[in-house]
Amino acid sequence: MQDPFVRIEGVSKLFGAFQAVRDVNLTVGKGEIFALLGGSGCGKTTLLRMLAGFEEPSAGRIFLDGQDMTGVPPWERPVHMMFQSYALFPHMSVEKNVAYGLKHERMTKAEREERVRAMLDLVQLTQFAHRKPHQISGGQRQRVALARALARQPKLLLLDEPLAALDKKLREQTQFELMSIQERTGVTFIVVTHDQEEAMTLADRIAVMDKGQVRQSGTPTDIYEYPNSRFVAGFIGSITSFDGRVTAVEGEVSRVDVPGLGTEIVARSVAGAASGQAVTVALRPEKVTLTRDRLEGPNAIAGEIKDIAYFGKDSLYRVTLPSGQLIAVHGVNAKRAEAGRPDWHDKVWLSFDPAAAILLTE
Amino acid sequence: MAAGRHSRLSEWFNRRGWSDIIISAPYIWLLLFFLLPFLIVIVIAMSVATRTPSAPPFGYGGDNPVLNFAGYARFFEDELYLRALVTSIINAFVAMILCLLIGYPMALGLTRMQSNWRNILLMLIILPFWTSFLLRVYAWMGMMGKSSWFNRLLTDIWNMVTPEGWAVSSIPMMHSNFAVVLVMVYTYLPFMILPLYANLERLDPTLDEAAMDLGTRPFGVFWDVTLPQSIPGIIAGGLLVFIPASGELVIPTLVGDAGSPMIGRVISDEFSSSRDWPMASSIAVALLLLMVVPTMIYSHFQTKAEHKPENRP
Ligand SMILES: Nc1ncnc2c1ncn2[C@@H]1O[C@H](COP(=O)(O)OP(=O)(O)OP(=O)(O)O)[C@@H](O)[C@H]1O
Ligand SMILES: [Mg+2]
Repeated sequence: MQDPFVRIEGVSKLFGAFQAVRDVNLTVGKGEIFALLGGSGCGKTTLLRMLAGFEEPSAGRIFLDGQDMTGVPPWERPVHMMFQSYALFPHMSVEKNVAYGLKHERMTKAEREERVRAMLDLVQLTQFAHRKPHQISGGQRQRVALARALARQPKLLLLDEPLAALDKKLREQTQFELMSIQERTGVTFIVVTHDQEEAMTLADRIAVMDKGQVRQSGTPTDIYEYPNSRFVAGFIGSITSFDGRVTAVEGEVSRVDVPGLGTEIVARSVAGAASGQAVTVALRPEKVTLTRDRLEGPNAIAGEIKDIAYFGKDSLYRVTLPSGQLIAVHGVNAKRAEAGRPDWHDKVWLSFDPAAAILLTE
Repeated sequence: MAAGRHSRLSEWFNRRGWSDIIISAPYIWLLLFFLLPFLIVIVIAMSVATRTPSAPPFGYGGDNPVLNFAGYARFFEDELYLRALVTSIINAFVAMILCLLIGYPMALGLTRMQSNWRNILLMLIILPFWTSFLLRVYAWMGMMGKSSWFNRLLTDIWNMVTPEGWAVSSIPMMHSNFAVVLVMVYTYLPFMILPLYANLERLDPTLDEAAMDLGTRPFGVFWDVTLPQSIPGIIAGGLLVFIPASGELVIPTLVGDAGSPMIGRVISDEFSSSRDWPMASSIAVALLLLMVVPTMIYSHFQTKAEHKPENRP
């Protein structure tokens, strides 16, 4: 395996007594889109600012392409940032904004003009080259900021909530534009976002942050299917969780006793889960099958439908369990006007595969 | 018909009347206390000086033509007036540039300061206004005088750093354009700092970071990002210093060189010593036009530039 392109080693950042970033270790591969995902105030921007060189880490080191970045000022780093507010220069035209970073490059005037033209082409803004930032729309400004950051051909591009200021429709469209631009330029992207769907769509790998710490990092599938903690499981997608105690570990599967449920849950074993330990079992709505009759298999729980949200192609059921807890179950409406489709207050059975039940110890 | 007009009138009065009066208050003020007096000055400028005691020293009719441009003619012919005008403009311009050079770093420093310190320093900048302006000018006169500690200190430094033959017993600072510019810079510095500060404070600091991020060193960031965006503040501060400085009367009278007076001094002398009101008024009108016309041209182009849509496709 090749060396990681960006290596963050034990980085912490203190503002006075407040610890904004706490012992972060991450690696990002070349040409990857890496997402930093987390709630407001969890230290995403601070981590990004340390990568760009605006803040020095209080502890730890950052390596870029094998080079230690400690003490390297922002203007000497081969890293560019796309600011959350875009930070376009209001007194310069779109063209001048894009050309600004090239001022310090050793290149002829013709080469420079060519590069600016190529960048404006890339973001489809050629016709707005002579406008000032306040004369274009928010989405266009976002693209100018991207073109400006890409013009110097950085090794690493940092994007701080690049799509937050756009409306939903434009955001979805721009996500794919960003991905295609990344593919064409091959630049490594680190994207900050607090939108989990955006992170899942954009990123090759995701780091989930909480209170300055990285709680888990991995591919979107890893994070979604194999969360390592209640926090990560709850942060990405929706879950229903049951608190219980492991009664037996039988190789592949563990048996968990959940008080009041009327049955035990059989879940895939994880490292660190031993008999007698307090654990949480998390279930995602789409992993549970809802039927009128009890299905064969290890996990079957009786319940009563409390309400149904019908979305057309699918429905979301909320089912009351014997313990009084509500569980969300996702059902695909594969057939048209199914006669036997479960209805309000129907008694139903819920079943799921042991592998689908996520066993969480922390 | 009459009823309709009456109701419309009262409706207008009730609905719009009060707000109109409130909105027009500054215009009425301007009309009463600037335009009307200025009109009187224009009228006096075109009269002829008379020497009748116990009557206003100007008159019309008789063998005096109603419109008399002799004052303007003399203003542009007599070298004395033009020299005074040039002296005024040079002094005011030098004072303005010095205020800018001193005030810009101060204003910039203020914006980069922690807010509790910033408020104290802003207070200190405004504080001198709370003591009498005349008192402060007299203080400077004392400082610049031949026997003051300030003058002696400068004299000693001068004598130390220059060769034997150049030694002086004191530095002649008083009654010179140097003294006028020095005191004007001292007096008008806050008028430069405050608009500049208001302008710089509004600038977005992430723009500086964006420029640094794109490879520009801090000084270049100032040059590329801060300075171009502060031009409106520079112009506002510059006008606020230049306009009053060019018409300044008290400072040149107290510390200036009587041999090369500034235009304010000349106007004052024409009014009180020569009692030639038409001449004094002519100079005042000419000076005002010289100041106002460039300002208006500037603001005309400024608003035009702001609203110009650049190459809309
Ligand atoms: N210069 C600073 N001085 C003191 N505290 C700071 C500073 N910058 C950030 N913080 C604090 O550090 C924490 C993390 O801030 P950061 O901006 O990194 O959050 P974030 O994850 O980007 O949040 P958001 O999603 O809201 O942008 C916050 O609690 C913030 O108040
Ligand atoms: Mg942030």
